[in-house]
Amino acid sequence: MPVAANPRQYIISFIFIGIAAIIVLRLFFLQNFEAKYKILANDIAIYKKVVYPPRGVIFDRKGKVMLSNTAIYDLMVTPSNVPKTFDTTQFCEMLDIPRSTYIAILTRAVVRNSSVRQSPFMEQLSPAQTARFQENAYMFPGFELVERNIREYHSKAAGIVLGYIGEVSQDMLKKPRYLSYRQGDYTGLSGLELQYEEALRGQRGVHYLERDKFNRPRDPYRGGVLDSQEISGRQLDLYLDAELQEYAERLMANKIGSVVAIDPQTGGVLCMVSSPSYDPNLLRGRERAKNYAKLYRQATRPLFNRGIQATYQPGSTIKPMTGLVALATGVISPSFGLGCRGSYGLCRRSIACEHKDAGHAANFRLALAHSCNSYFCHIFRMTIDYRNYKSVREGLQVWSDYYKNFAIGRQTGVDLPFEGRGLLPDSAYYSDRYKFSWNSCTVVFVGMGQGELALTPLQMANSMCIIANKGYYYTPHFVKAIGKNENDSALRKYKEKHNVLNISDSTFSVVQRAMQDVVESGTAMGARIEGVEVCAKTGTAENKAIVNGEVIKMQNHSMFVAFAPRQNPRIAIAVAIENAGFGATWAAPIASLVMEKYLKDSVTVKRKEVEDKMLNANLINEYVYTIDSAIRLHDLMVYNARVEKKRYADSTRRANAEVMLARWMEGKLKKARTIK
Amino acid sequence: MSLTRKSLFYRIDAAVLLLYIILVAIGITAVFSVEHRTTDTSLIMMNKSYMKQLIWFGYSLGLGFIILLTDSKFFSSIAFLAYTIGIAILIFTIFGGVDVKGSRSWLGVGSFRFQPGEVAKIFTAMALARFLALPETNFKTLKDRLIAVAIALVPAVLIIAQKETGLALVYFCFFLVMYREGLPNTILILGFSVVALVLTTLLVERKTLFVLLTVFAVMIGLLMRHALRRRMTPRLLLVGGWLFCIIFSQVAVPFVFKHVLQKHQIERIYSTIGKEVPDEYDKTLIAGEEVKKTNSSEYNVLQSKIAIGSGGFWGKGFLNGTSTKNQFVPEQNTDFIFCAIGEQFGFVGSALLVILYVSLMLRIVFIGERQRSAFTRIYAYCVASILFFHFAINISMTIGLAPVIGITLPFLSYGGSSLLSFSILIFILLRLDSDRQHLIR
Repeated sequence: MPVAANPRQYIISFIFIGIAAIIVLRLFFLQNFEAKYKILANDIAIYKKVVYPPRGVIFDRKGKVMLSNTAIYDLMVTPSNVPKTFDTTQFCEMLDIPRSTYIAILTRAVVRNSSVRQSPFMEQLSPAQTARFQENAYMFPGFELVERNIREYHSKAAGIVLGYIGEVSQDMLKKPRYLSYRQGDYTGLSGLELQYEEALRGQRGVHYLERDKFNRPRDPYRGGVLDSQEISGRQLDLYLDAELQEYAERLMANKIGSVVAIDPQTGGVLCMVSSPSYDPNLLRGRERAKNYAKLYRQATRPLFNRGIQATYQPGSTIKPMTGLVALATGVISPSFGLGCRGSYGLCRRSIACEHKDAGHAANFRLALAHSCNSYFCHIFRMTIDYRNYKSVREGLQVWSDYYKNFAIGRQTGVDLPFEGRGLLPDSAYYSDRYKFSWNSCTVVFVGMGQGELALTPLQMANSMCIIANKGYYYTPHFVKAIGKNENDSALRKYKEKHNVLNISDSTFSVVQRAMQDVVESGTAMGARIEGVEVCAKTGTAENKAIVNGEVIKMQNHSMFVAFAPRQNPRIAIAVAIENAGFGATWAAPIASLVMEKYLKDSVTVKRKEVEDKMLNANLINEYVYTIDSAIRLHDLMVYNARVEKKRYADSTRRANAEVMLARWMEGKLKKARTIK
Repeated sequence: MSLTRKSLFYRIDAAVLLLYIILVAIGITAVFSVEHRTTDTSLIMMNKSYMKQLIWFGYSLGLGFIILLTDSKFFSSIAFLAYTIGIAILIFTIFGGVDVKGSRSWLGVGSFRFQPGEVAKIFTAMALARFLALPETNFKTLKDRLIAVAIALVPAVLIIAQKETGLALVYFCFFLVMYREGLPNTILILGFSVVALVLTTLLVERKTLFVLLTVFAVMIGLLMRHALRRRMTPRLLLVGGWLFCIIFSQVAVPFVFKHVLQKHQIERIYSTIGKEVPDEYDKTLIAGEEVKKTNSSEYNVLQSKIAIGSGGFWGKGFLNGTSTKNQFVPEQNTDFIFCAIGEQFGFVGSALLVILYVSLMLRIVFIGERQRSAFTRIYAYCVASILFFHFAINISMTIGLAPVIGITLPFLSYGGSSLLSFSILIFILLRLDSDRQHLIR
């Protein structure tokens, strides 16, 4: 046998080394020059977990929590971790569900999400279920409680102001405003939640986690050095008085309308009621879409914020402003009087006045106290026909500019979305409407708050602020501080004092005195508050509804505006109750109760009777529902007619095509026959 | 001489023992790094694979100790008996084996399972060594060569019958041993040529290959035209070679692919050379099943390459292997354990590991060459060849140089049968080597 130095041992060693060298060479290139593997490794193994911070909490003016977050628990299941010996009976008993449901949910989880990944088993457990599960959690491997935050409204009040949140929709994601959002993110959809979304939302954090083959997150990647921490949403401090809001909402129960109260010295909104109100807790979590649809369909339209979106003809409540402009322009002096005999006949048609006794409009104060229609129609005409102006067009424009200055006919800029503008006619408007053939008589009704003038309750309250402050106002707003910072840049515009066109203090004093007379000796005696000088004006606004193209005259709106006290005013208020009758009967007591509640913190025992009457009154007319259903029916018919028409057109087109085809075929056949 | 002999434990080859222990330790560390979680409270967790592997290491050392205490003549004397028993067990396994992923290569008793194919390597190595070392064997005769080939390949055939083709391939490593013992050079060259032909057949389109081979043959004919004119043999050789190549590439390979190889094997072969399985070999299409083509072996190799490739030069660091730790690499404790090294310790670690293996193999070759006993020498070559095949194919398949066939990385891969059988191989070698002054037949 060849023993000594067989050359083949070297060949074999060479093969060993050669193959090893090839392997090392391959490793060298694989590990040093192929960057794609690094990227791929990160792609598959690193899981970016987005952590949502809690949304900002909203406090009222007294520091009471109005809107916060609450933890709810979802029960999650990882089917592959559920042992075969699982005690299903006990588990189902604990959750109070039948066995079939258990099997159904588990099967669905496996089918949808594979058995190794966590799927929801049951969302939003009840507190009892949560407690029972937590006690026995050790007995149910594979199941886990996962905490989730949802919004919690601490009372049923102020839902329309606070708004609600919901998932961003596909359409929203396309807009630049929602660039930083992703599908599944929550965002404010109305009210303050929408307006202050940026502040409330906070900043989400990103945590990098390693994940395994089954997409299950594991340890933090590289010990979490790349993570960015989430930042909680900032809190909002409101001017709103939660107690007052609740009280006002109770007073407005079973009435359609609105109450808006503003602190004239800051412009802060103290309460804003849109009645009927809804329980904001309905519009959160899984039930939101369902409840939203339900609320949306209601005839009384609870989702419509009447405080800023509904526009009413102000009726007599505009008379202080009419007077203010007339006095300011120097058209009349406070002692100007009119001998009204129950009607105003200078404009060919007669305008009725409530009062017939002589001297009820002997001067401005008396006229306002008695709410004399003739007087205010007349001074309105005098204002726009003033000899200093070249024409009525210029006169009306001057008047219109004053009103615009009072934030009428435009958005006040309140910090709520979707604010209405109201309606303020100017010369161009009338010229367009009446083809230039109009004069002061054509538009005379505007002087007494009817006609083409329409205000939102917020605008009415704001105009009260102007009178109360004698010439200035702050843009009405809800938020006092963002994240405890009163000087946040988002709030800067609300610190700005808006001075109205030069109207002298004495002019305001005259109007204020006159409005005080309204309460003390005029139409609004029911609005008196003991020991407080209340200035107010009632209004009874005629209104018409258009139902299916027909104009129907409806019951009057009950309107009321006021502020108190006269010196150092602390509250300005506007109340509008739809189709309720006289302003003095309903709107005035409600406004006065709200003011009293705010100024004195409680309502005196003497007024309990009035309070009860207001609380219990149901002023929603049956015909609201009738009209609503009539409108809906009409809409449905219009829709059906359109569908029918389209179907008819389609079938005609089809029939035509068929006929054409038949003719063409016939021609072909004929030709074929002739060839034969 | 026997009086001056040092104690047994001083005569053991320290280098091999050291390399063996280092490699097993690396293996346990690798399995640990894959399995460890930051949430683990303790390192000692009996349900984890690395602890089981540690226990297997303990068994291996115990068995190795027993082997070292055994008389070295014992191994050569029981070689044929052991081989016969091994064959019997292999045959039994074909019928009585446990079905694991479609192959019947495991024997199970309760929860304990082992793969006779792994252990049979030892017996085959011993039997081959014994046969070639017999004084009456003349390896120059065809008869003895055939007997040697039969000894090596009978277990392979049985293992193929168990549907564990990968393991069977390892038995071809014994050709390396036979080459050392005198198999002619031409066989080695022929073997490489066949491999080259197979590869070109798979890589190049059939008609193109036909043209290429013909052009190649004609060119050789032109170059050697003087020799061809003078003598008959070269002419016959050239035409015969050309014909063989044509038949092989045009007829034999398509036949094997269509009728012999199984679907997953075809996929593996094609995924290795980086090509899609051609439609004509696509078993799903042939069978007419509307099964979506899922190339799992391609996925495995990709994941393995991602893990190793993402390691870079220095690696991601111990316990930071995102791919291996999070179970992206399939079979990562067993066949793909190399990924854990490649990902965590990068090129430096991988190259070092390769160097360790090569050192071990060269050391074993060196040990073989210093023997006076032919049995020990041949046995040593068997051990080196087995290690080499396992090492080369396993690492090559993790980096996409070889098809994915389920064979383990010696000493590193998790698994009792594998570690135990390699340990026995090494310890028998150590025992035989310690008596190298004696002549063992």
